[in-house]
Amino acid sequence: MKPAPFKYIAATSLEHALALKAEHGDDAKFLAGGQSLMPAMNFRLAQPAIIIDINGIEDLAGIRPSGGTTRVGPVTRYRALQRDAGFAQLFPLIGEALPHIAHPQIRNRGTIGGNLSHADPASELPAIAVALRARFRVQAAKQERWIEAPDFFAGALTTDLKPDEMLTEIELPLAKPRTGSCFMEIARRRGDFAIVGVAAMVTLGDEDKCTAIRLAFCGVGQTPVDASPVADGLIGHTLTEEALRDAAASVQAMIDPGGSVHATADYQRHIAGVLTERALQTAHQRVHDGH
Amino acid sequence: MDTDHHEITVSVNGVRYQRRVESRLLLSDFLRHDLALAGTHVGCEHGVCGACTILLDGEPVRSCLMLAVQAKNHEISTVEGLTNKDGEYHPLQQAMHDHHGLQCGYCTPGILMTMTAFLNENGSPSEDEVREALSGNLCRCTGYQNIVDAVMSAAERMRG
Amino acid sequence: MSTRTFGEPIKRNEDRRLLTGQALFIDDVELPGMLHAAFLRSQVAHARILKIDISKALQRPGVVAAYVAGDLGDYWQPGPILVPPPPIAGIIFNERTQVPLAKDKVRHVGEPLVIVIAETRYIAEDALDDIDVELEQLPAVVDLEKGLSPGSVLVHEDVGSNVSAHVRQTKGNYAAAAAKADRIIKRRFWYEHGISSPIETRGVVAQWDARANQMTIWDTTQAPVFVRNGLAGMLGLNERQVRVIAPFVGGGFGPKIMMFYPEEVLLPWVSMKLNRPVKWIEDRLEHFFATTHERGQIHDAEMALTGDGRIVGIKDVFLHDGGAYDPYGLTVPINSQCTLLGPYVVPNYDSTFTQVFTNLPIVTPYRGAGRQHGVFVMERLLDFAANELNIDRAEIRRRNLIPPDAFPYTNEIIYQDFEVLEYDSGNYEPVLDMALDAIGYNAFKDEQAAARLQGRHLGIGVACYVEGTGIGPYEGAKVQVQSNGKVSVATGIGTQGQGHFTVFAQIAADQLGVAVTDVDVVTGDTDQFYWGAGTFASRGAVVAGNAVNEASKVVRKKALKLASDLFECSEDDLVIEDGKVSIVGIPEKFVKLGDLANQANPMRGAVQPGTEPGLESTQYFGPKMGATANGVHAMIVEMDPRTFDLKILKYVVVHDCGTVINPMILAGQIHGGVAQGIGNAFYEKLVFDDQGQLLNASLADYLLPTALEVPRMELAHTVTKSPLNPMGIKGAGEAGAIPGGPLFAQAIEDALDLKGRGVELLEIPLSPSRLFELTRNAQR
Repeated sequence: MKPAPFKYIAATSLEHALALKAEHGDDAKFLAGGQSLMPAMNFRLAQPAIIIDINGIEDLAGIRPSGGTTRVGPVTRYRALQRDAGFAQLFPLIGEALPHIAHPQIRNRGTIGGNLSHADPASELPAIAVALRARFRVQAAKQERWIEAPDFFAGALTTDLKPDEMLTEIELPLAKPRTGSCFMEIARRRGDFAIVGVAAMVTLGDEDKCTAIRLAFCGVGQTPVDASPVADGLIGHTLTEEALRDAAASVQAMIDPGGSVHATADYQRHIAGVLTERALQTAHQRVHDGH
Repeated sequence: MDTDHHEITVSVNGVRYQRRVESRLLLSDFLRHDLALAGTHVGCEHGVCGACTILLDGEPVRSCLMLAVQAKNHEISTVEGLTNKDGEYHPLQQAMHDHHGLQCGYCTPGILMTMTAFLNENGSPSEDEVREALSGNLCRCTGYQNIVDAVMSAAERMRG
Repeated sequence: MSTRTFGEPIKRNEDRRLLTGQALFIDDVELPGMLHAAFLRSQVAHARILKIDISKALQRPGVVAAYVAGDLGDYWQPGPILVPPPPIAGIIFNERTQVPLAKDKVRHVGEPLVIVIAETRYIAEDALDDIDVELEQLPAVVDLEKGLSPGSVLVHEDVGSNVSAHVRQTKGNYAAAAAKADRIIKRRFWYEHGISSPIETRGVVAQWDARANQMTIWDTTQAPVFVRNGLAGMLGLNERQVRVIAPFVGGGFGPKIMMFYPEEVLLPWVSMKLNRPVKWIEDRLEHFFATTHERGQIHDAEMALTGDGRIVGIKDVFLHDGGAYDPYGLTVPINSQCTLLGPYVVPNYDSTFTQVFTNLPIVTPYRGAGRQHGVFVMERLLDFAANELNIDRAEIRRRNLIPPDAFPYTNEIIYQDFEVLEYDSGNYEPVLDMALDAIGYNAFKDEQAAARLQGRHLGIGVACYVEGTGIGPYEGAKVQVQSNGKVSVATGIGTQGQGHFTVFAQIAADQLGVAVTDVDVVTGDTDQFYWGAGTFASRGAVVAGNAVNEASKVVRKKALKLASDLFECSEDDLVIEDGKVSIVGIPEKFVKLGDLANQANPMRGAVQPGTEPGLESTQYFGPKMGATANGVHAMIVEMDPRTFDLKILKYVVVHDCGTVINPMILAGQIHGGVAQGIGNAFYEKLVFDDQGQLLNASLADYLLPTALEVPRMELAHTVTKSPLNPMGIKGAGEAGAIPGGPLFAQAIEDALDLKGRGVELLEIPLSPSRLFELTRNAQR
């Protein structure tokens, strides 16, 4: 399966890349890690006329603290995130999810920006971005804007990016103290796309009562599903087994999974409930463990 | 459209090659057919089977998911570069031979590249770690057991 | 130094080339002026062809030619029947074989419509988009029962139905026996085997040399000799004008012995027409449609038993999905029909099957070749009988095993080799005992209970099977001592990783007293060896191995005769060792084998009338019938009772394939087979929609097991020699893949206590989602 012909341009700077995208719009696609784009092109499911290679733009890769957040360049490879011990400590959700993303060879090339821009409904990072309340910087040649993670993901494989825009920075807010998190997924084999995945964060206050909950799913909708609202019932209470079961039931009632060749929609719904209980339980435990 | 060509200089196994390539030429095809380094094999062209795995600046990547034009200014290592200049096996090649870690041999180059890089990073892996590192390479012949044994054995030998 | 290596875990001769990336695989063949082919394939499963317009494609720069069915003239014809219907009374068989390019109708997704030839594969694929095809889509036959119901759309209208074949075989009188039985167990089963999916897909390179008047074809085939013969005939060439070379092949597993695939038939014709070499390499997407499958069967089966669990008889009626064409005859369902009987005494048997035409790719053997389906039915019936009669699962099997003094044991019905199914030898109970011991069967109940207290759900499975192997017709081998003392062995079969370069070398080395590394083996080149059938049905080591042995024995005899003439002594006084023939007790009186070979081919002097020059021999071996191997697999799994995720904790194989030539290579074959069995049972499933579209045509969604899904396996074996060949060997290539289905079903039922919940697992493949669906309405 060979890709259809295209013109290849290696962008030398962000300005260069954005200028090209402004000129060609949807006829052009950015090539970062290529781990999603190249298979699509080899299958000829994607046939862009222009490929703008952004791997050479050094400014677009890197992890740096910024105020009370961490900012990650879009061309930062999964491998770099995995190897940064500090990063994994600050964002254990991502650290826990990374081994589930494909395999080492893919993680050596694939990038966080590419993953988020690809917006696969079964992909882990979009759901985590939603759970973390990440913000994305999106730039065009002559303007830029910031967008909250939930607003970035518009549909299956569809983002809010306009034809002339690039995701140029991912801002991750730091977790509050006494927050435990847990990422879990069910997949047929390690590294496969999630049948259901969940990112859970639990913050505890006095008397071990829950002061904040985040709960976001991948695989159960066209976009990441933010189930934090249905888990809000847990706020102000301790996380008992019964409370977790109620939260799970609420999640199951809320979601509308589509099923796939690997799982029925009902199985996905069932798993979403199981993972709700287990992930919240583990996140809760980790507050105590100082995770 | 008219085809789009680029002049590239690529370093493979320490040897520099200068070629003119079409932009859409996959790195896997470039290595195999333009450079006649046919040891790297193609199994799926969508990044799943791992047969095409090579090292890009020492890190295993799928050559079917890269364009030849992207290889310039990088150091590429393929299976042909694993033996030393006297033709002696890398310890992992020897171990694969000793433990019958290959049958048809088609997935083997990809596994050798993945696992030699893995052993450079993790010199004392557990069996679970070896299996996890191996999970991105599909083998249909061996059931993996002898490959795992070969990697563990090579690790031991490389630790001296 | 002793050079006896037979039976030793000798390391492989072929490894260096493979480990250093120097082995020639099909896509490594590069020829000056070589062109590349791509195929436009049908995107729908069933349609009438209204129009194909290739004119735009022909105008694309870099495109050299494009052909449709009409362009082939007389060359266009349906392929030959490869395995005719067996001589079974009352058989119905409607022969409809595949064609090189679809004409009038397409009958499965992926059937080729146009072949495009271009300077590069990239350009050839570009040209596919230039082709204008108009198809009138028809409803697709996908469901077997619907396909047989009156009014169904027909895959082949002129057949009048979708019946490809109908076969009934009986032994004894089931009806009479069942009437007197204490218990009847009756169930419906669904068993699907998947696709072979070797890591190397198929490929063909054809080079017509008009000046040499010679056609060379490189082909990833498991049957180079038959391919040579057939293509020579089709092309109007003499057999000796055609050379077929199967180079190193990256995994075969069965579908690479399907012959006269469209691509195989077309490439040589194109090369002759254009007078240039042409290459076609199947890409992974094509492989899902263009290479043959195995798929599913539906069985309505019943078992009649005595109150103490002895089988009185079995009746089975099943439907077999054969795909759109049936070139491979009935091999797969006959294997199901015969292998169902297993290692058990089944005094009465009534088995009927209907092979159904469907609008899906052709079904031909894939490792196990239909045995899996039969074994699933038998093993599950025994499990349900054990449940009902309150007999332990292992015990009910033990009670029914054919006793060791009953061999040769005839099952009376006809097997895939057209002979009456007769098991040559076997000793089944020790194999079962060893497996039970190795898995810790007796202690498991307590282990399971203790684990359950910790909230862990463990389950155990045990499954028995036999495997008919080493069938005829024959294979041949030429063994020759060369003047440098090295031995060359050539045989007609091909190699796809089974270690032939080593195993055949061990056999020759053992006879000729040379080092294994001094034996050079050539397989799969019709210029090196003219005759043979191919690598299939676990027969390589048995049939070709025995031919190598026979040829080596003759060469050994010749060497001894020559040396005895030279030393003027009796042959009994001589010994061959370390590449030399010497007089017993006088090692300094020796002659090297290479020198003897030279002396046997003199420049001057007479060659005795009636003898041949050189130290070589060509011998053939054709077994009377297949040899029956057997085995038992046992497994312990852990299930997550909420997600239905599964982890294999322990996997044991005890196996008997008679004399073992190389235990290391044998173990590798078992490991690989087990991995495919695990894939078949729990991960691999072809998902078709009701219009025959394959929804998971990529390795991302057709799930091959990785190193994380395949556990460490513990192997043991017993040796019950086959009386059917001098070496006493039986085949082993498919054994690992056969009993995975019932093993998983049994172990999962045990882990989740499905019996207590009123749920039975009657289908393969399973998956967590499927288990959820099957159990959701059951009592907790």
